[in-house]
Amino acid sequence: MNDYNFAYLDEQTKRMIRRAILKGLAIPGYQVPFASREMPMPYGWGTGGVQVSAAVLTPDDTFKVIDQGADDTTNAVSIRRFFQKTAGVEVTEATAKASVIQTRHRIPEQELRHDQILVYQVPIPEPLRFLEPSEVETRKMHSLEEYGLMHVKLYEDISQHGDIATAYAYPVKVEGRYVMDPSPIPKFDNPKLEMAAIQLFGAGREQRIYAIPPYTQVVSLDFDDYPFQPTKADHACDLCGATDSYLDELIVDDAGARMFMCSDTDYCSNRRAAGHIGAQGIPAAEDVA
Amino acid sequence: MTPLLQVEHIAKFYGSRIGCTDVSFDLYPGEVMGIVGESGSGKSTLLNCLAGHLTPDRGAVRFDTRADGLRDTVTMSEPERRMLSRTDWAFVHQHARDGLRMNVSAGGNVGERLMAVNARHYGEIRAQAIDWLGRVEINEDRIDDRPTAFSGGMQQRLQIARNLVTGPRLVFMDEPTGGLDVSVQARLLDLLRGLVREMNLSAIIVTHDLAVVRLLADRLMVMKDGHVIETGLTDQVLDDPQHAYTQLLVSSVLQV
Amino acid sequence: MIRIENVSKSFVLHNQGAAEIPVMQGASLRVAAGECVALVGASGAGKSTLMRMLYGNYLTASGQMIVGDLDVAKAAPREIIQLRRYTLGYVSQFLRVVPRVSTLDVVAEPLLMTGTSMDDAHAQAEILLARLNIPQRLWPLSPTTFSGGEQQRVNIARGFAYPYPALLLDEPTASLDPTNRATVLDMIAEAKARGAAIIGIFHDAAARDAICDRQLDVTQFTPGLAA
Repeated sequence: MNDYNFAYLDEQTKRMIRRAILKGLAIPGYQVPFASREMPMPYGWGTGGVQVSAAVLTPDDTFKVIDQGADDTTNAVSIRRFFQKTAGVEVTEATAKASVIQTRHRIPEQELRHDQILVYQVPIPEPLRFLEPSEVETRKMHSLEEYGLMHVKLYEDISQHGDIATAYAYPVKVEGRYVMDPSPIPKFDNPKLEMAAIQLFGAGREQRIYAIPPYTQVVSLDFDDYPFQPTKADHACDLCGATDSYLDELIVDDAGARMFMCSDTDYCSNRRAAGHIGAQGIPAAEDVA
Repeated sequence: MTPLLQVEHIAKFYGSRIGCTDVSFDLYPGEVMGIVGESGSGKSTLLNCLAGHLTPDRGAVRFDTRADGLRDTVTMSEPERRMLSRTDWAFVHQHARDGLRMNVSAGGNVGERLMAVNARHYGEIRAQAIDWLGRVEINEDRIDDRPTAFSGGMQQRLQIARNLVTGPRLVFMDEPTGGLDVSVQARLLDLLRGLVREMNLSAIIVTHDLAVVRLLADRLMVMKDGHVIETGLTDQVLDDPQHAYTQLLVSSVLQV
Repeated sequence: MIRIENVSKSFVLHNQGAAEIPVMQGASLRVAAGECVALVGASGAGKSTLMRMLYGNYLTASGQMIVGDLDVAKAAPREIIQLRRYTLGYVSQFLRVVPRVSTLDVVAEPLLMTGTSMDDAHAQAEILLARLNIPQRLWPLSPTTFSGGEQQRVNIARGFAYPYPALLLDEPTASLDPTNRATVLDMIAEAKARGAAIIGIFHDAAARDAICDRQLDVTQFTPGLAA
């Protein structure tokens, strides 16, 4: 018996967060303010995502945490252990087996199902923040649907860089109404935002929660003559040979040689287990790592 | 003919102090009304009440909207008023930085109002921006520069382009040439005269400079201590002033 | 066309001890289409004043000041603006110069204000300027640096650019040499012939007699002076 309430937060706090989540689901893409609690990790380390996960977890859930697509980074491991200790839930690295997935900056490659929840860690929830520093003004813009400024940002990109330069945290319009920051996922992931699972977004320091219910329309902003393109590196994964997954680029020696691997570790290992081998891959059975 | 703007008994108080009181007039399409007065006359308060930046304590400001005819903008909902100020109305501030986004390029500044009313083709937006920059005599090659790199006069001209790109019918101007060098002022006034005539604009211009109203305004309102003390044709008020204060103002202007 | 009935005017100079200066009383005049009437009287008798009152530049204290079907004494500013655009032209004694506006544009403006295209307006302005012997090289320049006579001719060209049904001419031939004076008188005659009602002030008796059908001595309307 540990000293913590289930999933660390007290029941009143969870109720408050669940109300915010319900409101967010009722108004897709709308940022709901919530009273973010002090958590045993600092701001900027996923406190928003952790609070949302804590509020939705039940003892029967199976929990997965990824950080930039990987289950084995320090942060992912820490958060997974945190919930193991405070909630005692089953944990997994397999996307297909998880019922709740907390993620930092990626959407899993594997298509999610309607019985799964994806929880995003969000640093800055306000998509208009860099162009309009006033919170009062951005709230008004959202409530009055005054989003011209958002396109100004894209216009500026094209005029300065020849194309829309935003590569991650690419703004989207949800259900034709609210403009939303999908968290710093690569724009390659934007099309996946239309999915069967529930998507919840938590920003701990900024104290906002927002949500996208299943099968909601999510459109990436663009111009008619500069349409949105979900781009990725023009390579295949060197380990499993996948051509349709987002890749991490690694520099492997001092001469600058590089290799590309799937950012989503679970996806990659599943492909290798199924026998796919990339240019630099070794068969799964021989892989001791 | 329906007036474009019907102002009825507008008043704004600050406690017991009068900002402006009992101001009424009609403005028709293509007319330019100048409001002159010295500091503290209430002219800027009046302008801000008319343009929806301040809420008047009394009175109505009826505008002939395209869709619904005459509507009182004081009692209009905020979204409607904000939409009006992005499309049919324009406001040229005294200081360009109040009317521009200084961290956005000239082209972005001019294009913003177009994008705010759902223009979605980059090429067309840019073409319109270039066209308008040309009309306010800003060279096309400055389109990607930030206003911080412009002189004061250029910033003002950019502000005008930004405001006029959506073809508004009514322009509010608050000391549009204030703080500019004399030669720059002159160029700006010529530009405004030309645009007012070309676009059949109505305008309400607040200024303390009688030479500006002589040049730009058809009608004139003289304000003192929050009250309108004289009103009429610009040339009549300046050449045949009736009120003591107007006579004082006119006689105080230095002749070059 | 023009009907002045019993008008009066006085100036109150508030900043000079509220001195009241009555300048006109009981003035009446009618001018029919195609007529030219000269206002005469000593300097300061009120000739220019009456003209300015008719144009709406000065307020009329009492009486009727009717041009066409509008009583200028009681008209709203908007109505007077319309009147000045389409009905009543005014060639003042001195050209009010806006620096940086070219002579061509100065003359074309009354046409542009009444809907003529830029090209047509400029073409007509060129004809008028040529007729008044303003050299072509001066057309793109602002009249600011022109001589008094040249400025006056630009002023006249501007006044005659649009075919106003009523015209007010204040010393149109002053500062002009005989050739140009003759041209201006021709232009006035042409305006008369097309039916304009004209009121003019001419210092030059010969010009006055050549073109005007009647004279009106405004001294009789000056308060305090015997007729």
